[in-house]
Amino acid sequence: MIKDFAEKEVKPLAAEVDELERFPYETVEKMAKIGIMGIPIPKQYGGAGGDNVMYAMAVEELSAVCGTTGVIVSAHTSLCCAPILENGTEEQKMKYLPKLASGEWIGAFGLTEAGAGTDAAGQQTTAVEDGDNWILNGSKIFITNAGPAHVYIVMAMTDKSQGTRGISAFIVEGDTPGFSVGKKEKKMGIRGSATCELIFENCIIPKENLLGKIGKGFGIAMKTLDGGRIGIAAQALGIAQGAIDETIKYVKERKQFGRAISAFQNTQFQLADMHARTEASRLLVRQAAYKKDQKLPYSVDAATAKLFAAETSSWVTNKAVQLYGGYGYTREYPIERMMRDAKITEIYEGTSEVQRMVISANLLK
Amino acid sequence: MNIVVCIKQVPDTTEIKINPETGTMIRDGVASIINPDDKGGLEMAIQLKEQFGAHVTVITMGPPQADIILREAFAMGADRAIHLTDRKFAGADTLATSYALAGALKKLDFDLLITGRQAIDGDTAQVGPQIAEFLDLPQVSYTQELKFDGEKTFTIKKATEEGYQMLAVEAPCVITVLSSANNPRYMSVGGIVDAYQKEVELWGKDNIDVEDHNLGLKGSPTRVRKAFAREVKPAGELYEVGTDEAVGIIISKLKEKFIL
Repeated sequence: MIKDFAEKEVKPLAAEVDELERFPYETVEKMAKIGIMGIPIPKQYGGAGGDNVMYAMAVEELSAVCGTTGVIVSAHTSLCCAPILENGTEEQKMKYLPKLASGEWIGAFGLTEAGAGTDAAGQQTTAVEDGDNWILNGSKIFITNAGPAHVYIVMAMTDKSQGTRGISAFIVEGDTPGFSVGKKEKKMGIRGSATCELIFENCIIPKENLLGKIGKGFGIAMKTLDGGRIGIAAQALGIAQGAIDETIKYVKERKQFGRAISAFQNTQFQLADMHARTEASRLLVRQAAYKKDQKLPYSVDAATAKLFAAETSSWVTNKAVQLYGGYGYTREYPIERMMRDAKITEIYEGTSEVQRMVISANLLK
Repeated sequence: MNIVVCIKQVPDTTEIKINPETGTMIRDGVASIINPDDKGGLEMAIQLKEQFGAHVTVITMGPPQADIILREAFAMGADRAIHLTDRKFAGADTLATSYALAGALKKLDFDLLITGRQAIDGDTAQVGPQIAEFLDLPQVSYTQELKFDGEKTFTIKKATEEGYQMLAVEAPCVITVLSSANNPRYMSVGGIVDAYQKEVELWGKDNIDVEDHNLGLKGSPTRVRKAFAREVKPAGELYEVGTDEAVGIIISKLKEKFIL
């Protein structure tokens, strides 16, 4: 179903949103209509009542035709809906989830700062209690969906002396006074997705918008990123599969030396290797999603899936461009876009190096 | 209003592959879908449900794996699904298929029976009209548009080769629908989740009003002597140019293919 939707509704816009660096609002609206913006959210909170395997499959199919659309859904679902569902009070869930899961609102997540990416303890954004409110000051960078989003999960220091234990999580609505969206990044890939700075200048949010307990923000952020990695791994997988699908079509048509280039053994072997690695990524992604659904520990599985799927995605799209030859390097074909889109999956929501740290720490504990 | 829609599972391709030895279609490795005309019929039924509060039942005759298209119909908005499946139905031609479906439909109370115009695998366009004959109901084939007066009368735009006819027909009746009649909705994700919680009713030959000798291969007068896949020609290129230029293009194309 999602494959059909992706082919008919998402693919026709993919080149344009990339070229114009345009957020595909109309696609989000269409996805909202059929429940894609709230797949793993229970029906009682307005979601589709699906599971994480379904969600990962959906992100994969969307990303196969448009990496931008894949990350919009992934950041919205894994980084905003999920932490509210998993850490929110009943009031918070009832207030935010129905609007987010229905796609009426878009969600985002703010952890990264200029001086604190993976090293979350370096957070400079602060939240100070003031009567019935919290006052936030500071800024965040590289925030996916920033601008179009209506709700932001924001990490801020409530007690600097406590290090990571001094970080708390907050729900910030997009129209809160003192909150603004800053510079939009000009990126190499996923160019239709909005990636911006968040600025907090005496941003006053009500006390009830603290997500989870005071000082528990670091744990919430790490757990949220575990789930997010499944989404990004699925995005990487989708991009790789999309590149293979396009390449198969191309090599059957493209003729050199009097025959289709698919007749050359080099092409055949390259495709076989591309397929084998992509299929292995798929199983890792599904395994991580399945474990999350079964409430089993999945943190290492998510890191493994993301590491392997992301590196596979870059490798596969690189091979695909090579099989296309000169045409693959032009913007007339989707393959160079896929190569640019694939690269970010090795970087965001924890670089491949961070995934290796997570995996090896578990092996050597 | 009660509406029943007959749907069929077909291979998702127009490039049918035939096993040369058995003369039957190779289904392995080919994804299956709801036949496009049938999906148009289902969409029409669901639109009537939205406008008039109709109850929509879908029915299919086919092997166990056809269950999936009934789930899809649930996910699009159908209320009830019946899967007519029995070894005795195997090998049915269009007559035996219509006979079995009519036997099941006699057990259902409906105002409107919708089928697709024809299935993309067989292309006969016979099952809908044959069902109408078995049930002795008025029928309109090639339905392009349908309007309901909310009481008893359907006004139908029937496509013909030359243009169209406008017909009025009273319930109960049978129509066959073109896929071009509408743009079928996507299943919703929530609908898919729910579809697997719902019950698909399994009906065999003992649940319906039929006689054994009219079923399946035994009840099929059609004998397929040979089956083969039609050769698919590429779409071709169209040039709107003057004669001289056209000659040039033809020559260069023939040279490209090493014909000249």
